[in-house]
Amino acid sequence: MAKKNLVAIGNGMVGHKFLERIIASGAIADWNLITFCEEPRVAYDRVNLSSFFSGSTAGDLSLVKPGFYQDNDVKIYIGDKAIAIDRDRKEITSANGVTLSYDKVVIATGSYPFVPTIKGQDTAGTFVYRTIEDLEAIANYAKNSRVGVVVGGGLLGLECANALKNLGLETHVVEFMPRLMPVQVDEAGGLILRKQIEALGVTIHTSKSTTEIVSEQGKVSKMLFGDGSELQTDMIVFSAGIRPRDELAKNCGLTVGERGGIVIDDFCQTSDSDIYAIGECALYQNRIYGLVAPGYKMAEVAADHLCHLDRPSSHPEIARFSGADMSSKLKLLGVDVASFGDAFAKTPGSQEIAMQNSVEGTYKKLVINSEGTYLLGGILVGDASAYGMLLSMVQNQIPTPPHPEDLILPQRTSSKAAFGVESLPDTAQICSCNNVSKGTICNTIQEQKLTDIALVKQCTQAGTGCGGCVPLVTDLLKLELKKAGIEVNNHLCEHFAYSRQELYHLIRSQKITTFDELLQNYGKGRGCEICKPAVGSILASAWNDYILNPPHVGLQDTNDVFLANIQKDGSYSVIPRIPGGEITPQKLIVIGEIAAEFELYTKITGAQRIDLLGARLDQLPHIWRRLVDAGFESGHAYGKALRTVKSCVGSTWCRFGVQDSVALAIALELRYRGLRAPHKLKSAVSGCTRECAEAQGKDFGVIATENGWNLYLCGNGGIRPQHAQLFAADLDEETLIKYIDRFLMFYIRTANRLERTATWFNKLEGGMEYLKQVIIDDSLGICSELEKEMAHNVATYACEWKATIEDPAKMSRFRHFINSDETDPNLVYIEEREQKRPATLVSKE
Amino acid sequence: MLQAASNQQTTTQWMTVCSLEQILPNTGVCALVKGEQVAIFRIGNSTEIYAISNYDPFSKTYVLSRGIVGDRNGIAKVASPIYKQNFNLKTGQCLDNEAVCVPTWTARVVEGKVQINVNH
Ligand code: SRM
Ligand SMILES: Cc1cc2nc3c(=O)[nH]c(=O)nc-3n(C[C@H](O)[C@H](O)[C@H](O)COP(=O)(O)OP(=O)(O)OC[C@H]3O[C@@H](n4cnc5c(N)ncnc54)[C@H](O)[C@@H]3O)c2cc1C
Ligand code: SF4
Ligand code: FES
Repeated sequence: MAKKNLVAIGNGMVGHKFLERIIASGAIADWNLITFCEEPRVAYDRVNLSSFFSGSTAGDLSLVKPGFYQDNDVKIYIGDKAIAIDRDRKEITSANGVTLSYDKVVIATGSYPFVPTIKGQDTAGTFVYRTIEDLEAIANYAKNSRVGVVVGGGLLGLECANALKNLGLETHVVEFMPRLMPVQVDEAGGLILRKQIEALGVTIHTSKSTTEIVSEQGKVSKMLFGDGSELQTDMIVFSAGIRPRDELAKNCGLTVGERGGIVIDDFCQTSDSDIYAIGECALYQNRIYGLVAPGYKMAEVAADHLCHLDRPSSHPEIARFSGADMSSKLKLLGVDVASFGDAFAKTPGSQEIAMQNSVEGTYKKLVINSEGTYLLGGILVGDASAYGMLLSMVQNQIPTPPHPEDLILPQRTSSKAAFGVESLPDTAQICSCNNVSKGTICNTIQEQKLTDIALVKQCTQAGTGCGGCVPLVTDLLKLELKKAGIEVNNHLCEHFAYSRQELYHLIRSQKITTFDELLQNYGKGRGCEICKPAVGSILASAWNDYILNPPHVGLQDTNDVFLANIQKDGSYSVIPRIPGGEITPQKLIVIGEIAAEFELYTKITGAQRIDLLGARLDQLPHIWRRLVDAGFESGHAYGKALRTVKSCVGSTWCRFGVQDSVALAIALELRYRGLRAPHKLKSAVSGCTRECAEAQGKDFGVIATENGWNLYLCGNGGIRPQHAQLFAADLDEETLIKYIDRFLMFYIRTANRLERTATWFNKLEGGMEYLKQVIIDDSLGICSELEKEMAHNVATYACEWKATIEDPAKMSRFRHFINSDETDPNLVYIEEREQKRPATLVSKE
Repeated sequence: MLQAASNQQTTTQWMTVCSLEQILPNTGVCALVKGEQVAIFRIGNSTEIYAISNYDPFSKTYVLSRGIVGDRNGIAKVASPIYKQNFNLKTGQCLDNEAVCVPTWTARVVEGKVQINVNH
């Protein structure tokens, strides 16, 4: 049988899913797959588009594995748009002049951002938010802008506002309706949401219709509103809803909805049975689905239907599309918002229970059926931790407890526990992104004897989408482990029933940015000296926020709070960074001058740097200012962070050296400086096998070879010395750095608190071979994520000393007494070997 | 010792040491009160404050105000930044060594001002 032509128009998220499904089904033997891709690149993850602003590249966002289309003989026309379908001749024409005949067509053209008709709407400085190109244009323009306005206060509009805020703009949101997120949230919820978002410094204008965009020298300068008010701005992003891209369908006479959208049936067929439509361009029962999950479902249905045409026997029961759940949970500018099921109580007779707490900024509403026996839907603002559980109750028709309000009010009884994951039936869908049921997760855990959440995710796919279901999946894992009699209390402390690794994961997947938020959602009590620094460190590894910002200060050990090491008498020591141990005579002189001026005890440390000891709290900022002015920065001797990368003198001077070890050590130290980790990190680079830099005693050590660099991992000095092991040989510098990036982020992800790499490694099942698989062969499929995370850390590095001396509010904490300029009278020094030292207690008296 | 204004003796003499905003939530500061070093802690983003001695009897240094604030089984406490022993913020009792207890002061917040009873 000759192959027939199957043409997919549009290579977006849904179009790609469709191709994947067809390929996976083996139907490739029957079809020539052809796809038109209007954008200049193959399908990418639009849902995570905003991460483009936090360092993701187009490559990171791509959904198509390199070579995937070629390997599967998919003919793809990149940068080419289908412009006409001739249904009589069964031909498609493209903008670049390709004409080809088809047997079946799948339209997956998505939607375009709706821009209301306003005078001046296309002035320079107006944008939409849909493609990578849009974001590039926004980022570029923002460089020369101070104020940005988003038109539209819906889900996307607020996401866009977040992006503008992160680009450093004074940000405004203009919404036509009287409240934010009118589609997902009711009035009371909208009010709370508004307050929370305003508190973050975004200005909200509701009930405003824009009447004109005024320009100055051809560029946006202000907006005029229907009520006579106006707003100065440099740029405007329209995010006022989407409209299906149905032009092709309309032009060839397919049935489209009154307000747009290609009409489809349960099999995603349009009014022409040879043409299917899926994703955001399709109209099913008068509804456009603006989320990706329903689009994916359509892709599956259409693909299965097409395969079924040729092999009816293999699909006795083919899937149908029957609408989809529009429940969603998201975090907008750090505020949780969730809306699920019948959120607006449209079911006849339904009742509402609402709880509003303006102090905490939370709003929770449940919609219950008329008998009060089942949950129909709800809205959560400010705290959406119950979302997974509640959604599951709606989807699986779990009877509500005797007092349904218990589901949102924390106190009353312990009845909440009885409604945990345990009570869900096996068929309950846990992960809606990937449609994974409780049964599948539990069986996989049992069969493969899984014990950690990363593996559960990897083996079941649950939790690998939006991450929203991870808490539920974690609960299931715990449940299974308990059943299997495995007592795994790796709880961090009495305040968190999670291991460090789990907390790390929660913080990342739930985008948690403060300790309080984590404690509220996943912990209890007030925290302690164990969980606070551990969480502070995770937050720093994940988001690299300045550790002395008010929500973080109280989490840190005193060393981190004062960015210096506390000594036995309560004074502090100062160690500036001296990358690779290389220092100019001029800088040495400055250090000497500063030490003399502040009367500090001076010593060369065991790690090729200089320690200045005996500084009083009030002296610290003054010492740093002198150091910073001279070109020094913090050496992070106080942090669970990268310390030094030692070097030997290397090939520049040494007669045996084969590579420039000093230059590499400096490069590595600058790359990883400030990186927070479960414990401190040390490194060294030697210029030849004589190993003068002791690289094999380091967490990651590098030794030069004739052909490149050998990388050694997981060594340790200190209490239990252990040699690092050879990980890879003769690497070029780029590969070396790639491996170190991956290694460090993998360690940061998975180690326990205060576990150095050597201890961590000793517990790693599979040892060095396993580590090689993960880091070199990418066996867990996480390497690009790890690299991205590291790239974020590298890009956001800032010297903490400098940040502190530039901020008077932070500076004011550097004094011994809050109410006096006196210094601690108990710091007493005597002289020894021509320098000062703390007086012993006896000599103090 | 929280805002316990009711059972004060006649010797009560309040001294304002700083404004509440000067103490970030869940951190401490040290104040000089009649020649003594007093560590004052603020619980959460509230007006709940406690005052104990700034002297850490284990390291023999004046540093308790720089410890991490938290709770053990619901008891508000601070961990010394030097060797990490914990002290009950209400009573000054060391939670890791029954025999050790540090002095406490009565503290209150009035109109956003932090006040210490100089006579304990
Ligand atoms: C200053 C310094 C000693 C010196 O005068 O040379 C030093 C001082 C301290 N070391 Fe160290 N270590 C110093 C180099 C080392 C080295 C040598 C090196 O880095 O090449 C090692 C062995 C290598 C290693 O870490 O693998 C070392 C292994 C330790 C350990 C044991 C770690 C282990 O994994 O077993 C500790 C304890 C800990 O971290 O838990 C420690 C802890 C400490 C602490 C933080 C102890 C403390 O809590 O007070 C000391 C901080 C004093 C201060 O205020 O600066 N220090 N320490 C060195 C600072 C280096 C720097 O420039 O940053
Ligand atoms: C910033 C942002 C955040 C989002 N966040 C979420 C979220 O959190 N959760 C969620 O579920 N959804 C989210 N969405 C929506 C989600 O991205 C869409 O539902 C999904 O991309 C729809 O897939 P699609 O394939 O139908 O459309 P698209 O992904 O838009 O793909 C359509 C493709 O077809 C191309 N095309 C159009 N016409 C032609 C033609 N004639 N010839 C050739 N090619 C053509 C287009 O250029 C486009 O590349 C978000 C969207 C954006 C923009
Ligand atoms: S390690 Fe090699 S390059 Fe470095 S000093 Fe020793 S011999 Fe020279
Ligand atoms: S629900 Fe999104 S990852 Fe599971």
